Formats: sequence, structure tokens, C-alpha cells
Amino acid sequence: MRFFLHNLKKNPLSILGITLVLGFLVIAIFAPLIAPTPAGQYDPYMIPRAGFSPTPRPPTAEHIFGTTQGQYDIFYGVIWGTRTAFQIGLVVIGATLLIGILLGSVAGYFGGVIDEVIMRVTDIFLAFPALILAMAITIALGPSLTTIMLALIIVSWPSYARLVRGDILTTREEDYVQAAKGVGASNFRIILRHVLPNSIYPVLVVASLDIGAVVLSAAALSFLGLGVPEGYADWGQMISFSRNWIVGTATNSFAYWYTVFIPGLFIFLFVLGWNLLGDAFRDILDPRLSRR
Amino acid sequence: MDFRTYLIRRLLLLIPVLFGVSILIFSLLQLFSPEQRAMLFLHSPQQFGRIDEIIAQYGLNDPIWKQYVTWLGQIFHGNLGWSQVVGLSTVSAIATFLPATLELAIFATPLIIFSGIYFGSKAAANKDKLIDHTTRVGAIVGWSLPTFWLGLMLLMVFYGYFSGLFPPERLSTAMNQVVHSAEFIRYTKLNFLDGILNWRWDVTLDALRHLVLPVLTLTVVQTAFIMRLMRSSMLESLGKGYVLTARAKGLPENMVINKHARRNAMIPVLTISGYLFASIVNGVVITESIFNYKGLGWWAWRAAVTLDIPSVLAFAMFSAVLFVVTNLAVDLLYAKFDPRVRLGGNVT
Repeated sequence: MRFFLHNLKKNPLSILGITLVLGFLVIAIFAPLIAPTPAGQYDPYMIPRAGFSPTPRPPTAEHIFGTTQGQYDIFYGVIWGTRTAFQIGLVVIGATLLIGILLGSVAGYFGGVIDEVIMRVTDIFLAFPALILAMAITIALGPSLTTIMLALIIVSWPSYARLVRGDILTTREEDYVQAAKGVGASNFRIILRHVLPNSIYPVLVVASLDIGAVVLSAAALSFLGLGVPEGYADWGQMISFSRNWIVGTATNSFAYWYTVFIPGLFIFLFVLGWNLLGDAFRDILDPRLSRR
Repeated sequence: MDFRTYLIRRLLLLIPVLFGVSILIFSLLQLFSPEQRAMLFLHSPQQFGRIDEIIAQYGLNDPIWKQYVTWLGQIFHGNLGWSQVVGLSTVSAIATFLPATLELAIFATPLIIFSGIYFGSKAAANKDKLIDHTTRVGAIVGWSLPTFWLGLMLLMVFYGYFSGLFPPERLSTAMNQVVHSAEFIRYTKLNFLDGILNWRWDVTLDALRHLVLPVLTLTVVQTAFIMRLMRSSMLESLGKGYVLTARAKGLPENMVINKHARRNAMIPVLTISGYLFASIVNGVVITESIFNYKGLGWWAWRAAVTLDIPSVLAFAMFSAVLFVVTNLAVDLLYAKFDPRVRLGGNVT
């Protein structure tokens, strides 16, 4: 652990990554304090509206980031959108890891027909460009936040299953696994106690790098209009609101900059934080991959 | 294993994958009721009355396996359903929109590959110097940028601020009329090329002007990955014996880097071109939707938003088949030039 922290401190980019992720965590946890839900509103994830005019209004004391198309408060949206982003990233990666580790270790450990079947199934899913398949699944199941997450889980698990399988294949032949087999340990126990702990790190590294990618994909789907209901606190949707306001007014071409810049900055910093953190994890947990 | 055996083996392995792809698409289609699926074959609202007839015609109430056989038969006859959003059959929609996307890819792909290779090897050759750190930060930033945000910001500056310098869409209205006029022959349907062939340089110039921002958006986001891969591959190659030999015999440093190290370091980069293809397809949907650039991605996006199911599924299937074929081609080329791959025999 001390080695871990020491390594983390050496690299300024890792520190930036951790600061960003922790910062967003604080925003997500304290969202009700930072951007209180107006009294009488039932669902805190719906962005409150200050009227119904389609034209965005610039930042004021009351709406410090301004309001976007349809008078949705941008500040409220980006703060509560942080929760949505964490929810998407953690749920999708958590479920993907679970499925990937389960199927990957079964395939790698038992080999034979089971392995062949699982690997052929992953082939099928990996035959699609991920975002396109996710888009098709979202449409087929009916667009919503849950469907987006489900679609992203369905397209992401195969690469994890393959990664785990590959690691298990090499670990399976190690002496300590053979020894455990020799003393009569059950398959389940061998996988859980001996094989997985020794082959899991590369998978965790990929997972930490993927959280940012998952949030980006979800934001893209939502930007394309396939996600959450209108007015739900979600960064991707907030950017899609700004599409009509790119050109500005006759006198000031950047008149509506806040509608696109602010939500985009939140997505960017969130993803950047996770990517930097994932990079740091990779260097520490897997010295083989570290930059020389 | 000689190359022919390897080729046959890989082609045979293609069958279960394509079969699986069709099963997956078919299962997604099964999530809809027979009435909804019958809608896929309707060309206009006037045909609503014929729904029962269509259900019977395409056997949409048959047992699942029978439906699958019917459906697959339809596909082999080139009938993937009707695309409501553009009012064409999905197959002709793909044919219509493909050239625009090709035009985008023709410019973006080489730019992504060359800039990735160039900056990646530059960074490796100057490890821990300024350029290495700059490209490293650039790669992480590029990797973290939402494509759609970057595209919109670029539009804000180059379309809004510089009043229409690099506009969205594929052609300006005036040039669009030229392209669709009788005397303009659309040899390739690639506007920039047709412009040259028809000796209408204004069309070419206009097409290029519209391509700048989409190509830039795609490139900035996609280059990062290749750059990082090239850097680590180059570092490995620089530590190899043949580089040491080249240096020992007194070759100038840029010769060592360009001729000996970089060429060998490019192999891993080429092997992931399949992956690059997939991420360009992903990027194209987003990019085309931002710039209202009417290509395949734009069509898929419009179809998705209007819940035009046959178009989305047809596009998914089309891109999957292309992706599988690209991967196969890359693997075959690789096996052709590097016998170690096929001698290993393990293709999973």
C-alpha cells in the first residue's frame, strides 16, 4: 500500500487524475446541497425550468451557468448529471466485470467445449462496432437510461471475458494451482482462491481505464437522442440541447457559448480524471506495461 | 501450416461468426410484435390496411425457426426492409449514403494513421523530452474529448465566428445544384473527385471545405490511440539488437530511426487497423450527425431517433460484416508477411 501511494505521488498527472475523480465524487455525494432541488419537485434528477422560452439565457446570479434551450438550469443539470455519470460508469463496469470474470474464468479453466462455445459467442458480439450494436440494442429495447446501461453491458462483457480467459490460461498451469488440485481442492475453490487473485490485475487496470470510455459512449448515445427523457440531468443530453445554438447572434458569434461549453467541460474532465487514474493504476499494478 | 491452409481455415471460421451475427440481429427483431415487424415492410401509411396480409406474406406468426429461415432468405435476396426515414429500401439507402461516408474516410483514415505513426515514433525517439510529454498529454486529452463536443466547438469557431469558413453539411446549396444538374456526370459519387473529373474545381473546393471539420474531429479523437501504441512499439524496437547493429556500423541516427526502428515498430500498429476501422465507424455516426453530413452515419442516426428499426438493424449488420471482412483481410495480410503467425496455428 505504501509502495502504491509512493508511486502515485511521483507522477503529477496521476495526482491530477485522483483530484478530478475525488472532486466529482464530492460533487455527486453533495449534489442535494450544492444544487438544492426546488421545493415541491418530485424527482431530483429532473432539471428545474425557469420558464419555457426556447432561447438560452446567459449566466445570472440566480442561474450561474445560465439556462439552456427550454430554460433548463445548466448548473443544476451538470451537478446532478455527475450522479448520472457515476451511476452509468460504475453500474456498467461492475456488471461487465462480473459477467466477464465469471464466463472468462469458466472458459479458461475448464477449456474444451465450454471454452469453445463461450469464445464463439464473444466473437459474435465483437464482430460489431461497439457503439453501433449498443445503438441497435437501445432502439430494440426502447430508449431509456436503463437500456443504455444494459446495451453498454451487453457490448462490453466479451472483451473482458477474453482477457480473463487469456490470463487464466497462463495461470492454470502454474505449480501452485497444480498443487491445489493435487491436494483435492474443488474447482470452485481453486478458481476463486488461487487462479483469480493471480490473474485479475490486468483486468482491473482495463476496467479503470474503461470507466471513462463507458461514460463517453453513454453520453454519445444520449447526445444522439437515444437516452434519457427530456430534462433528465444528463451531460450528453444537455449538449444535444445546445446544437441549435452554435452560431450565436449577429453581433456576437459566441453568444450561447455556455450551453455547449459547460456540460462538455464536465464530461471531458470526468473522463480525463478516470483516464489519468487508469493510467496510474496500470503503471503501478502492472510494471510490465509501464512506460519505460 | 502453409498460407492456403490458413486461408481456408480462416474462411471457414467466418461462417459461424456471420451466422451468429444474423442470429443476434434476428433476436433483436424478435423483441417487436408481428404487427410492428410488418410495419417494416410498409412503404406508406396507406398500406396500414394490408398489415394482416403482410404478416401472412412474410410469415411473421410462424414458429421462430421458420421465421428465421424466411428472414434469412429475404436478406439473401437483398430485402432488409424499408427505411421510413429516407423513403428508400434499406439496401438502396446504404448505396446512396455510402459514397459520402467513403469520402470522409478517404481523408480521415490516412491522416489518423500517418499522424499517429509520426508523432508516436517522434515521441519514442525523444523519450522524456518535451515532445514526448507534449504528445502524451495530447493523447490523453484527445482520448478523453467527447467527439460531439469537439465537433460543436469547432463549428462554433469556424462556422460561427469566421462566418461560414468551414460550414456543415456536404455541399453548399449552389454547388449542390451543380452536382445534381444534367451536365454534371457523377462518375464516383465522391464530390471532390467528380468535381475534378468534370473539370469543376469549384465543386471540389466546396466539397473539401465541407470536409475539413468532420475530418479534423475524427482525427483528433482517433489519433491518440495509434500514437500511444506506436510509441510503446517503437520503444521496444529501439531496444532491439538490429538497432544496436545499425548504430554500431555508424549509420546516421535519422536513418536508424526511420529505416530500421520505425518500419519494424509499425507492424503492431497495422495489426490493429481492424480496431481502427470499428472506431472510425463509431466516430462517423457521431461526426456525421453533428455536421449534418449526409452519409451512412447520419442515416443511422436519423433512423435511430425516429425508431426506424429496419434501417438501424441493416446498418448494424452492414457494419458488422464489413468489420469482420476487414479483420480477416488484416489477419491474412499479416499471416502472408509474417509466417510466425500461421505457424503458431492458434487463431483464437
